[in-house]
Amino acid sequence: MEGMYAFCVGLLTACGIFLTLRGRSFSVVIGLTLLSYAVNLFLFASGRLKLNAAAVLGQSEQYSDPLPQALVLTAIVIGFAMTAFVVILAMRARADLGNDHVDGVLPDQEGESSHKSGGNN
Amino acid sequence: MQHLSIFPILIPLLFGAIMLLPPISRDLNSQRISSIIGMFFLLISSATLLFQVESDGLQIYALGGWQAPFGIALIADKVSSLLVLLTSFLAFSIMLYAVAGRDKGGAHFHPLFMFQVMGINGAFLTGDIFNLFVFFEVLLIASYALLLHAGGKQKTQAAMHYVILNLVGSSLFLFGLGILYGTLGTLNMADMAIKVAQLEGETATLAKTGALLLLVVFGLKAAMLPMHFWLPKTYASASAPVAAMFAIMTKVGIYSIFRVYTVIFGDDAGELANIATPWLWPLALLTITIGSIGVFASPNIRILSANLVIVSSGSLLACAAINSEEATSAALYYMVHSTLASAGLFLLADVIARQRGKAEDRFVHSRPFVQPRLLGFAFAISAMSLIGMPPFSGFVGKVMILQATQSTAQTIWIWPLILIGSLAALIALSRAGTTLFWRHNGSVAAEAEPAKKLEIAGIALLLSASPLLVLFGSDVSEFTQQAAYYLHDIQSSAYDLLPGVTQ
Repeated sequence: MEGMYAFCVGLLTACGIFLTLRGRSFSVVIGLTLLSYAVNLFLFASGRLKLNAAAVLGQSEQYSDPLPQALVLTAIVIGFAMTAFVVILAMRARADLGNDHVDGVLPDQEGESSHKSGGNN
Repeated sequence: MQHLSIFPILIPLLFGAIMLLPPISRDLNSQRISSIIGMFFLLISSATLLFQVESDGLQIYALGGWQAPFGIALIADKVSSLLVLLTSFLAFSIMLYAVAGRDKGGAHFHPLFMFQVMGINGAFLTGDIFNLFVFFEVLLIASYALLLHAGGKQKTQAAMHYVILNLVGSSLFLFGLGILYGTLGTLNMADMAIKVAQLEGETATLAKTGALLLLVVFGLKAAMLPMHFWLPKTYASASAPVAAMFAIMTKVGIYSIFRVYTVIFGDDAGELANIATPWLWPLALLTITIGSIGVFASPNIRILSANLVIVSSGSLLACAAINSEEATSAALYYMVHSTLASAGLFLLADVIARQRGKAEDRFVHSRPFVQPRLLGFAFAISAMSLIGMPPFSGFVGKVMILQATQSTAQTIWIWPLILIGSLAALIALSRAGTTLFWRHNGSVAAEAEPAKKLEIAGIALLLSASPLLVLFGSDVSEFTQQAAYYLHDIQSSAYDLLPGVTQ
């Protein structure tokens, strides 16, 4: 179970980092979302993985650590708000700057425009 | 009073929430009045808290009555109460400036500003590292919205980088916290400081990974070298009151570095003692270097002051790397000085930009000022204070940092860098001053408006801190020395916070 879990968290993190490093804001937002999923699963596992263990005393023979569950809940709420914000910001940037590149300038367009201004001079 | 330590968090929260509700939210004037009242209450309660900590020793506030290490505790010690007072004073002065008209650019400026102050105060006061994360997020989400205040292409562009970088930073923060909780089994900072000494072997390596991940996050907030690229653009594009408030945001990162790597991973951490020092040392020196180069290359005052913020971050990180009581004391003094001085310069840059027509605050020939004497005098004070010339607080702060070096190797590296950094600031600021104030042509711009009285009052409050920090220098430095002793002494910074645990 631990190996599978670790593999999933690792895969999500790797995909998240890859997408965050892309140039377009859409893939960056997806990357940030994947990264926050990975982080939530990771936090959850920091209280150790157990089967048939409730977080309430007296409900089962074993019991699990309730703290990471509370932490994950907080992290999910915060991550959700942040994702909503970054989506709106990405749309605003698309409207204000005329493209969806995170720098606000498309790399090839930049070369073109500098070439043009060079020609005008 | 028993509940005093939570007031710096509650007051901005309540005022911010009330200002979002109908009777006040519709009317800008009543928002302004309630903001000023809120900031005034905040200033008074922070000052009272500082005096109470000074007379009665540190205050532990167990939220919900759950004792540490099981519940979340707010710790008002000398370090945090000093920084809370600094935040409140800064916010009060900036608010005086903002109500004169800079808050009109967009909706909800006042509530967002309140939430930002709440996040900063909370980050300083909390004794729980997950709670630190939560307050970081509170101050960040308010700062995202404040950065976009008044709108514009440049702001959107800068906010895109700032938001994405900080979201990645938050994820890393949680990864680090997960690792630390998994290995130490606690999130209370005092408890972590005690338990970390028992780690050995593989677990210690794992905890080291988590701790260094946190260093990346705090470094991002503090603008440590490879993570500082967002800062000049963000600070230069934000509207003036927001940029001035951001002056303390890098200090939140520095404070967290001091709190985590002095108290938890400090001298008493067993295998993990002083793990951050080998990283902090070269990065701090490189940050000062890059900041000084940036100071030379700045085309306008706002970018210039943003680069000065990077230089002061570098100096503070160098103090964290020296890792001694004297250095921490110097860092606390310098933190107060550099926050207020750079915030003053950001506000001043805005007034200057509005009086020069199209040239704004760029270093080019342009029209003369409406109020050349007033602005020239204010610029001279803030420049001399930031450069570190006597008789202003920058001089005392820099001397304290220079005196804190312990070995010859440290002296050889730090002295030249800090002094050359000051020289760079001297050259850049005098070049800026001569261009702005002496090289002008034509008549006063038609659209230029003189600075309003409240704006001048806000700037004057921030600038007056600099000579006052020198006049009361011995009291302030004595206080920072006691605060530094507290941070470095594990008995008082960890064992005393946990009832029933002894060394």
